[in-house]
Amino acid sequence: MANVLVNAPKTAKRGAIVEIKALILHPMETGFRPGTNGQIIPRNIVERFTATWNDAEIFSMDMSPAISANPFVSFFAVAAESGTIRLRWTGDQGFAVEEQVAIAVE
Amino acid sequence: MTALRFGIGLAVVFAASLTLAQVGGDKGGVDKRRSGTQDMGEALQRMQDDDTANPGMLFVQLGSQLWTKKAGAADKSCADCHGAAAASMKGVAARYPAIPKGADTPVDLEGRINLCRTENQKAERLPSENRELLALLAYVAHQSRGMPIAPPADPRLGTFRDQGAEIYRRRQGQLNLSCAICHDDNAGKKLAGVTIPEAHPTGYPIYRLEWQGLGSLKRRLRNCLVGIRAEAYAYDAPEYVMLELFLMDRAKGMTLESPGVRP
Repeated sequence: MANVLVNAPKTAKRGAIVEIKALILHPMETGFRPGTNGQIIPRNIVERFTATWNDAEIFSMDMSPAISANPFVSFFAVAAESGTIRLRWTGDQGFAVEEQVAIAVE
Repeated sequence: MTALRFGIGLAVVFAASLTLAQVGGDKGGVDKRRSGTQDMGEALQRMQDDDTANPGMLFVQLGSQLWTKKAGAADKSCADCHGAAAASMKGVAARYPAIPKGADTPVDLEGRINLCRTENQKAERLPSENRELLALLAYVAHQSRGMPIAPPADPRLGTFRDQGAEIYRRRQGQLNLSCAICHDDNAGKKLAGVTIPEAHPTGYPIYRLEWQGLGSLKRRLRNCLVGIRAEAYAYDAPEYVMLELFLMDRAKGMTLESPGVRP
C-alpha cells in the first residue's frame, strides 16, 4: 500500500511557472542502524525520484541515506502543454510507486 | 453597594492569583493559553497547515484505507458499523478519554479503538505506537480538526482527572521535577534552545520531525518522563489516561489541530 500526497495545480496559464509538491510514506532506513537484536537493519531507501510531463522528463533526483523518512520533494516547471504529470519513486527492496496528476494548460 | 464592590474586588484578587494555565476561555477572561503551534517557527506552522506538506496527512490517508479494511474473525471493518467517519467520528477525539458503556474506568482513543477491535471485530489488540493504530488514531482525530476540546461532563471521570492532576504536580525522577514545574511555572521560557510549551494536547497524534514519524500523546509523555530521568509507566498503565484526562480538561475549549507537526 503506497501512500502519496501530490500537490500540483489542476490548471495553469501557458508559460506560467507551476510548483509541484510530492510527499511519500517511506521509512528511509539508512542501513547503518542496529536493530533491537544488535543486527544491522538492511538499508531501505528511495533511490531515485523522477517526474515526467507528457513522458518528457522535467525533474529527477537521486536520494541518499541521509534524507529523512517520508521525503518531501518540491520543484518548479514551466507549463507548456496540457497533459499528465507522472511521478515515480524507485528504491531498495523492489520499491516502485507511480502517481499521476492531470494538468490543463490554457 | 459597598458589600457588592467588596465582593467584586475579592473576585478580581482571586482571579489574579490563579496560574496562567488555569485561565480558561470559559472563565470570562482573555484566553492566554498557547497551543504548541504558536511557539513553532513560521515554516513549521505552514507545514502543518498545508495538507499536502503535513506528513501526518500520509497517516490520515493510510487510516482512511484501514477504515474500510475488514479485520478479525468477525470479518468487519470500522466502516461496517460506523459508516462514513466524516459524520460518525466528528468530535470524538475532542471528548476522549471517556468511560465506555458497561465499564467503570476511562479509556483513551487508542483504548477505544482496541476495544472495538477485540469486542466487535474479534481481532487482536494493536500494540501502542503500532503504525496501523497510529494511522487509525490520526484518521479519527482528523475528523475533529478545528473543533474545540470538549471533555465529557461524566461525574465518574472526576476522581481519575484529580489523580491525573496529582501526577502532573508530583515531583519524580532523578531530576526531581514535576510536569507543572516546566509547563506551568516556566512555560514560554527556554530549555536549551527550545521554547517550553504549555503542554496542551491539541495536535495528537503528532508528526514529530525528531521522531521522523507519527506518535501519540503517550509517546510524548514517555519522552518527558525519560527527560526528567523518571521511569516511564508501562504502555498499558492507567496513569497515561489519567494525565490525558487532566490535560484535556486543562485545554478545554482550545482548537484541535490533529495531525499536528512539531519540531
